[in-house]
Amino acid sequence: MDSRSRLQELVPKLVLAPSFLIVLVFVYGFIAYTGFLSMTDSKMLPSYNFVGFSNYAKLWALPHWWRAVSNLAIFAALYIAICSVLGLGLAILLDQKIRAEGFLRPIYLYPMALSFIVTGTAWKWFLDPGIGLENTMHLWGWESFSFNWIKDRNYAIYCVVIAAVWQSTGFIMAMFLAGLRGVDNEIIKAAQIDGAKTSTIYRRIIIPLMRPVFLSAFVVLAHLAIKAYDLIIALTGGGPGQATELPATFMYSYTFTRNQMGIGASSAIIMLVMIFSIIIPYLYSEIRGGKR
Amino acid sequence: MRKLMTTTAAVALMMAATAARAAENVEVLHWWTSGGEAAALDVLKKDLESKGITWTDMPVAGGGGTEAMTVLRARVTAGNAPTAVQMLGFDILDWAKEGALGNLDETAAKEGWDKVIPTALQQFSKYDGHWIAAPVNVHSTNWVWINKAALDKAGGKEPTNWDELIALLDNFKAQGITPIAHGGQPWQDATIFDAVVLSLGTDFYKQAFIDLDPAALGGDKMKEAFDRMTKLRSYVDDNFSGRDWNLASAMVIENKAGLQFMGDWAKGEFLKAKKVPGTDFVCMRFPGTQGSVTFNSDQFAMFKVSDDKVPAQLAMASAIESPTFQSAFNVVKGSVPARTDVPDTEFDACGKKGIKDLAEANASGKLFGSMAHGHANPAAVKNAIYDVVTREFNGELTSEAAVKELVAAVEAAK
Amino acid sequence: MSAPSPDNVISHNRLTRALIYTALILFALYSLLPLYVMVVNSLKPLDEIRQGGMLNLPQTWTVEPWLSAWSTAQIGVQPTGLKPFFINSILMVVPAVAISTIVGALNGYVLTKWRFPGANIFFGMLLLSCFIPFQIVLIPMARILGILGLAGSIWGLIMVHVVYGIGFTTLYFRNYYEAFPTELVRAAQIDGASFFQIFWRILLPSSGPIIVVSVIWQFTNIWNDFLFGASFSGPYSTPMTVALNNLVSSSTGVKEYNVHFAGAILAALPTLIVYIVSGRYFVRGLMSGAVKG
Repeated sequence: MDSRSRLQELVPKLVLAPSFLIVLVFVYGFIAYTGFLSMTDSKMLPSYNFVGFSNYAKLWALPHWWRAVSNLAIFAALYIAICSVLGLGLAILLDQKIRAEGFLRPIYLYPMALSFIVTGTAWKWFLDPGIGLENTMHLWGWESFSFNWIKDRNYAIYCVVIAAVWQSTGFIMAMFLAGLRGVDNEIIKAAQIDGAKTSTIYRRIIIPLMRPVFLSAFVVLAHLAIKAYDLIIALTGGGPGQATELPATFMYSYTFTRNQMGIGASSAIIMLVMIFSIIIPYLYSEIRGGKR
Repeated sequence: MRKLMTTTAAVALMMAATAARAAENVEVLHWWTSGGEAAALDVLKKDLESKGITWTDMPVAGGGGTEAMTVLRARVTAGNAPTAVQMLGFDILDWAKEGALGNLDETAAKEGWDKVIPTALQQFSKYDGHWIAAPVNVHSTNWVWINKAALDKAGGKEPTNWDELIALLDNFKAQGITPIAHGGQPWQDATIFDAVVLSLGTDFYKQAFIDLDPAALGGDKMKEAFDRMTKLRSYVDDNFSGRDWNLASAMVIENKAGLQFMGDWAKGEFLKAKKVPGTDFVCMRFPGTQGSVTFNSDQFAMFKVSDDKVPAQLAMASAIESPTFQSAFNVVKGSVPARTDVPDTEFDACGKKGIKDLAEANASGKLFGSMAHGHANPAAVKNAIYDVVTREFNGELTSEAAVKELVAAVEAAK
Repeated sequence: MSAPSPDNVISHNRLTRALIYTALILFALYSLLPLYVMVVNSLKPLDEIRQGGMLNLPQTWTVEPWLSAWSTAQIGVQPTGLKPFFINSILMVVPAVAISTIVGALNGYVLTKWRFPGANIFFGMLLLSCFIPFQIVLIPMARILGILGLAGSIWGLIMVHVVYGIGFTTLYFRNYYEAFPTELVRAAQIDGASFFQIFWRILLPSSGPIIVVSVIWQFTNIWNDFLFGASFSGPYSTPMTVALNNLVSSSTGVKEYNVHFAGAILAALPTLIVYIVSGRYFVRGLMSGAVKG
């Protein structure tokens, strides 16, 4: 009996142990390794010549990197804001006893199922003024129609936002829909009895209740934004010029195509710092919340 | 537990199977996956199979080989290098520097490669005096593809210098077509820049791109080169940014545009559209670069493999350099053979011209690696130049600023 | 968990309903647009595509591109089409999804019902692993796969996907089991049920919705992965996405857009089916745990 209960004590930890080891090696070990590489003069393959922080100095001296970081700021802000607003809006509309919900929901959700290797070309065509929307409008007789953002280095980043919003909004909508369905109808009924208008009910009662969903959505979107890579490669390849370069594409290109692995690794570390500074506060609140 | 056992058994079995095949097998990593290219490579595969050597195919397409190079790095790090890898220019030398490549001296000496392969190519096929790679083809990049009908309307005379080129472009504009079909991707911008720099003098090209001489990179001639890029930019349509090169070729084919500056692979697009060289389209060297050639060359770099695999590897290298394969492959691919003694009977007019130009340029020392295609300087420098060229071409930099930026960027990447 | 009703109690007049439907349909059009472009152009001959008018319906309908993409298009040296790579992807995805889901379920179970000091820190560490950019793990991972002798094998790929999937699956199951009444577990414990008996008999039977979420999430991510698939697969384990990429992104060859689009849809079909079939459970699953609300 005694040994059995001790075994019982041990089992849960034994079950977790493999995951713990895996994460320790494959995540934190690799991050440490990248941190180490960022301080070496690695070019094509890893090298072990220590050069201190000079890669970081080089990195921040590159106009290319600054461009990537400032693009990320524009892209992430718009992408997160638009996805959240549209996602919430759609969820609210879809929650109004819509008969076609079962039909519409998969239509909103499916973009998340496709990778940009698949949809990139379609978007690229659609946004291209020569063959896409602009051309089609001209063929249909609307001669003055103009939509050439993807060719304009000041606007191309907004095209990236359009495609990115297309991909993620459905998923965010599902998260909000799940949240809305969890709201207790009694609260709403009580407010209606008090004579509150529908818009007031949403503004004052329901949307504030969605706070945790906003938080989850923010985390999901923020990490998608920082990791955005396929999207850029498929849509613009970073162009026109470097107008749509993002840190993820920068890192890949310096590590693997420009044979400057040291600088690539230092940009990866900066990205990790950005990601962690968003995620750790969230985690903290998440875990604290778990104790309530 | 049983599951784990089966897994282990399965893995062991798979590895045993691989080992049994290894003796007479080559594993080839490449990015020739589109119809014509793959058909060309199939010639090599059949040839090897007739000698009893099996072919394990590892195609990874994307970005002109960038994806394949990433995969290669993972493979080599895992200690699992392929037998042969399609590679370009400086990548080969970088891998040789890491000591990852094998040695083909035996085959090369027996077949006399030193005599028939152009010296400019040998620079990438040899490291420290040893053969490490087998060149498959030579693409030359300073071609101009002109729509014959549009050219005839403009008087039918091929431009031979910068001023005549501009006059022709103005004429195209007057005809109501886009003068230059161009795709705004960094490598395409750089392809034009290559030709423009070369047209300002072969010595200048060599000093700037091969010797990376700051005086040449930052000099007046370089500013002139950027000014010419700005001039050419004014003949491009508004939608050029991001366009694939083959869509640009299609514009010339359909007479929506007058001409395209592109390497000889563009010919495939014209032929596929059933156009005939000389009657439907004209191929010529970039005005001012007649007699000289900028090239890029696909080679198969041979990796270090275990001794039992070496015979198959050498047999593959030998098969690549056989004149029959060189002719058969390059006719299909649109490029020209990597050795100068291959008869040109099978090639069309443009191909014949390409072979002749290559031999001449090789003899007169005017055959240069293309900067845009990674044969003039290492990847880091090439991309640094791309950055500046693309930004200037897109109007983000003036030509004065571009010259300054070019010197700084090359210095930082060296 | 109270049992929420499927729809809320707010009702509207006709005009508002019409507006709501208009908005919903407009967004559906935006959502369907790329798929429309792909389908329409995959049914046109190449000449017609070259003429432009990408939103127009085909003048000549053809299924040739689909047949070509499936069985005769050039992927490497051989004109095999995408067909042979389908099975590779299945062989990779099914075990990887199953293993990562099981591991995630067990982790979630331990983290919520068998709390021990440091459990939260461990959970935090696991969660952070969801956010690591995959590009940085490429080289060290290759080294480890080489040491383990798994380089180039399907099992190597499965391992990689499990490693970077358990963060998400653990998150889902932990949040789900958090709401599961701990009293039931304690009661079973007192009755002498073992660790695995409790999991098997009590938690698993009610885990349906969250299993769906976990499976959908993992299935989509693994099926669509390109980076790992390209880097760690061998000649006999090349997954679908790598083959698709070989089909669509050739560098100096002629581009057959209609075949590319047909191939792209074929490659995406399994994930599309998974989404459409289990879409309703997805929202239900999200509702019951993945999102805290």
